[in-house]
Amino acid sequence: MDLRLLDEAATEAERDAVDSLLGTPESGWEGGTRRDSDLRYARGGHAARDRRDLLLPALHAVNDRVGWISRGALNHICRRLTVPPAEAYAVASFYAMFALHERPRRVVHLCTDIACAAAGSGALRDRLAERLGPPGAGSEAAGPDAPPVTWHESPCLGMCERAPAALSLQAGAPARYAVAAPATPDGLDALTEGAPRGEEPTNGHRPHGPGTAHPTTFHPEPLPGASPEPRPEDAVPDAGSPDHVLLRRIGRVDPLSLDDYRSAGGYAALREALRLGPAGVIREVTDSGLVGRGGAAFPTGRKWNATAQQPDTPHYLVCNADESEPGTFKDRVLMEGDPFSVVEAMTIAGYAIGARTGYLYIRGEYPRALLHLENALSLARERGLLGTDIMGSGFSFDIEIRRGAGAYICGEETAIFGSIEGQRGEPRTKPPFPVEKGLFGKPTTVNNVETLVNVLPVLLMGGPAYAAVGTSGSTGPKLFCLSGGVRRPGLYELPFGATLGDLIEAAGGPPEGRSIRAVLLGGAAGTFVRADELDIPLTFEGARAAGASLGSGVVLVLDDTADLPAILARVAAFFRDESCGQCVPCRVGTVRQEESLLRLRSGASPAQEIPLLREVGRAMRDASICGLGQTAWNAVESAIDRLGLYSEDGPATENPAPGGTATPAPGDRAATEEAR
Amino acid sequence: MTVPVLLPAPKRLIDATIDGEAVRVPEGTTVLEACAAAGTEVPTLCYGDTLTPRNACRVCVVEVEDARTLAPACSRRLEAGMSVSTDSERVRHSRKLVLELLGSSVDLSTTPEVAEWMERYEADPGRFGPRAEPAALGVRDARHAGEHRPGDGSVAETVEQPAKVDNDLYVRDYSKCIMCYKCVDACGDQWQNTFAIGVAGRGFDARISTEHDVELPDSACVYCGNCIEVCPTGALSFTTEFEMRKAGTWDEERQTETTTVCTYCGVGCNVTLHVQDNRIVKVSSPHDNPVTHGNLCIKGRFGFQHVQRRGDG
Repeated sequence: MDLRLLDEAATEAERDAVDSLLGTPESGWEGGTRRDSDLRYARGGHAARDRRDLLLPALHAVNDRVGWISRGALNHICRRLTVPPAEAYAVASFYAMFALHERPRRVVHLCTDIACAAAGSGALRDRLAERLGPPGAGSEAAGPDAPPVTWHESPCLGMCERAPAALSLQAGAPARYAVAAPATPDGLDALTEGAPRGEEPTNGHRPHGPGTAHPTTFHPEPLPGASPEPRPEDAVPDAGSPDHVLLRRIGRVDPLSLDDYRSAGGYAALREALRLGPAGVIREVTDSGLVGRGGAAFPTGRKWNATAQQPDTPHYLVCNADESEPGTFKDRVLMEGDPFSVVEAMTIAGYAIGARTGYLYIRGEYPRALLHLENALSLARERGLLGTDIMGSGFSFDIEIRRGAGAYICGEETAIFGSIEGQRGEPRTKPPFPVEKGLFGKPTTVNNVETLVNVLPVLLMGGPAYAAVGTSGSTGPKLFCLSGGVRRPGLYELPFGATLGDLIEAAGGPPEGRSIRAVLLGGAAGTFVRADELDIPLTFEGARAAGASLGSGVVLVLDDTADLPAILARVAAFFRDESCGQCVPCRVGTVRQEESLLRLRSGASPAQEIPLLREVGRAMRDASICGLGQTAWNAVESAIDRLGLYSEDGPATENPAPGGTATPAPGDRAATEEAR
Repeated sequence: MTVPVLLPAPKRLIDATIDGEAVRVPEGTTVLEACAAAGTEVPTLCYGDTLTPRNACRVCVVEVEDARTLAPACSRRLEAGMSVSTDSERVRHSRKLVLELLGSSVDLSTTPEVAEWMERYEADPGRFGPRAEPAALGVRDARHAGEHRPGDGSVAETVEQPAKVDNDLYVRDYSKCIMCYKCVDACGDQWQNTFAIGVAGRGFDARISTEHDVELPDSACVYCGNCIEVCPTGALSFTTEFEMRKAGTWDEERQTETTTVCTYCGVGCNVTLHVQDNRIVKVSSPHDNPVTHGNLCIKGRFGFQHVQRRGDG
């Protein structure tokens, strides 16, 4: 491969950002000063391919420093990593958080997803448009006095318990961030005010290595002018409850202190794991009956065992912290409030499956979680809890953080490999399964954050004792993300077995004078259930028997003021925006689904549209490559079948007036009866 | 000294059923290959006989007994005891919808066989409503990932945009692009190793693009034309073909194909000359040829004009 680059050169800041990640170029072959000796050898090929996984961090480095990725910057990255520019462009243009056209250094992400839309993000959107011009516009669009800020509508930011939410990211050295949640018009104004700070030396977003003791991607001090971010434990309404297992340290220990973590029982599980040996750990996890908490509910012990058994080496562990399902924020709370537990659990998992390297893939919209994890990793390394010969056991393991850049699909268990490898985050066809050929084509275990954190109580209690918690089909404690129309939204921990109604009751039920219209269970890829179905047991088998799924634990309560047609249109827009575009049923099907729902909203005949939606939905479910396309029709289907929205025989239902009581359209009753 | 001769391990034969008929094929055979051997026709669009399947178009999906979803025949390997249906109601439904979704968003007018499949699966791309106006040149290439302006559903969005004519040798008409990834694979690590193009953007806005959407002469393109060779829809075509289609003079019925050996160098590539009215209108290469596997270089692919200089210029 010849590396043919465009003529544009990188600016000093862009070069500096990339070089702070990759180090000074060693030779003329990768963009340094050309010396005579460089002419006696060529660099490229396999040596360069081995560094391809640094592409995503390099793109982040420039985007973090400058706010967008220019042609010159992309050229420099390509030369440093020997990546063809067309491929680097293909990767950069895949992610929503990277800009390839010049834009202001500060970007406000206003969440307009389901929970925030229900909490009134529409008015905030209008306010931003008034102050800053249309989404994505540069500051010049809003007039000469407008602050140097741009904004856009964001998919779920994972702050659903304090909706509506906005996140402001500002490029610089280092980058800064601020959140406004719940966002008020004044709070939003504060996010857009404040002059950008000057350049400061940074150690940037770099993988671990010598001399990077405390790498921080974001400056821990938020943007000037913004109100302080609520504490992580504020997301847990009953924080400090003695019944908590997974959340027991949240709010009780300083998430930045390793000593605090250890004095609260931290690293006892790893010690136990080292005593048991890898096979013993897998036995306990298998006995515990723990299944994956990311949505697929696959038995964790079986996955670990299948990876450990593979003759091919090395084995990899990937912690999937790309929590992007609308309505989900549990992994954020765990990572922000108890980051060492994630590190300890990954170390145990790595030990069990025989991995030496673990990747923690965190979504790009979680700056504080990233900050806390970066701190946790460097402290753990300093104390010999990561790196070579952990706790004197002879076991060596380290963790690299990889930060996503705004792509829901990268949470798919195979798309995450592409993203880490520096390719586009497109899912792969299974088989082969990740336990055989995963990251870099090697045996890989992918576990969600909540799943991994469950391993700590499994080892401390012992597998059989853990299995005694919950029900026979769903063991252990479970986190539920409650948002929408309840009095105390937030993260709740319950043993499996409570009903949906119990959980909503624990959150105080609907606010005064409101009644529940529907509950979205499992997020945008989940299903709506009716207010008279709250006796559904919150177990994997119970939800399945009721024709729903727990998914990632989302319980989004919609009260009688909810504008269901608007919510469905938002769900459809979400899937359309987040489809990777690889396969036809998903790439075009999600567009046709949205178009049909928009037609229904404006009064088209349900008798014509709904059969069309069903046909498209069925093909998406049957023929898409991955779970995104396969589930893109779930919520819409359940709104039609279970809630009776848009009855097929009657006219389109009217939007219920805000504050009014929902009156079912004439055909609704029949449709809901049929759905039973 | 004895030198060990490494022979491939003998392949086990496995038994499976396709549409109720027992088949016995070597291990590792794909469902598509097994279907071909059994004489069962399976439509394919993104499958390329010289490329690793990407299984992106999903028109070849088949139903595997006890599987939750349908499987792409082009890349799923037949396993012992597997029972495959290639024409069940589920399969027919998905194929019909895939053809409708493609037909409603892409210009399939030059895609071979697709009209016949549309008829077979009773596909009606028109039922998603009237087609939206084509985008202006460059608009689709500038779209930001994860952002779109929702319309009102009154028109069906398409990928249509003006053809890109930026060099003398070939034309990129992305209104006809079904995103099969074959050109990317042929240009990239599977054959040419030039990496001039990639898939940029995502979702419905995903498109084949050079870096920053620069024109081909500014890109790394070496004009081997191997992307044209593998393009299943005519989105990439010789300038000659593009112009003749525009003028209405392109007529494959009147064309003859003659395979000969390229005269430029000593490698011995086979070139197939497509001749209409005694003029070479395009050049391809046989995919089953062990020298080229369908690939050529710029000279073999495009260097045919001197042949037709018969004292007229």
